[in-house]
Amino acid sequence: MLHLTLFSVFGLICVAGAVNLLLQRHPINSALSLVVVMGSLAVEYLLLGAEFVAAIQVIVYAGAIMVLFVFVIMLLNAGEEEHSQGSHVAWLLGIPGVLAVTVIICWALVRSEGTAVALGVTREASKAFGNAADISQLLFHQFLLPFEITSILVLIAIMGAVVLAAPPESVQETKREG
Amino acid sequence: MLSLSYYLVLSAILFACGVTGFLIKRNIITIFMSIELMLNGVNLSFVAFAAKWHALSGQVFVFFVMVVAAAEAAVGLAIIIAVFRTRQTLNIDQVNLLKL
Repeated sequence: MLHLTLFSVFGLICVAGAVNLLLQRHPINSALSLVVVMGSLAVEYLLLGAEFVAAIQVIVYAGAIMVLFVFVIMLLNAGEEEHSQGSHVAWLLGIPGVLAVTVIICWALVRSEGTAVALGVTREASKAFGNAADISQLLFHQFLLPFEITSILVLIAIMGAVVLAAPPESVQETKREG
Repeated sequence: MLSLSYYLVLSAILFACGVTGFLIKRNIITIFMSIELMLNGVNLSFVAFAAKWHALSGQVFVFFVMVVAAAEAAVGLAIIIAVFRTRQTLNIDQVNLLKL
């Protein structure tokens, strides 16, 4: 019962944040409602017994990535978005299409509920499931090579971001010096 | 206990909100945030399936998705800064040189 209450409350907050992201015209309001979505998703992860994922959801997503977003919005002084011809077409075609697809997917999911096994997150199971020790066992043994490759990916991304965001003059100067 | 389909429906709704935002928004940064919303919806279904099958690899995959999302956010925002520097706009309709 408590599980269902927590799921419904934070699920509603989550959906409300996502809808608010769509309705707001100013990017900074959208960014803040995205933080709400990510924070309540962390609670959903905790309900599923995934402690480590919930922690990095808050630290990496709601912390690091959203700070990056808010920083760029403030740096570029982004104002309210302007509507154009294209946006009307997108409203007219996009929303009914997305709604139809969502309703079909949800209908299929709910209909197949009879075959779906109930989630067995009992207290004993959640104690030994999804904590940092278990995940690191898996990450550093079975998934060691993908893990190392992601470190290279992050390194490349950092270098790419620095090169792309640097002013063009400074890049040319470095080329001349190099 | 809740069944899996509740979590999957929530995940589908979040993904649909992300797709809608991607289609109707005209600000590059907001479109980018919609992509993050879609990634979050997919992560939720990963974690739900991991809890259902008691397979931790689902949660490891969420970790990888987050790493890729962080890298994508860094590079994408740098591209947005570069676009803004050359064109002085964040409106996606005015960045249309590649259009036919």
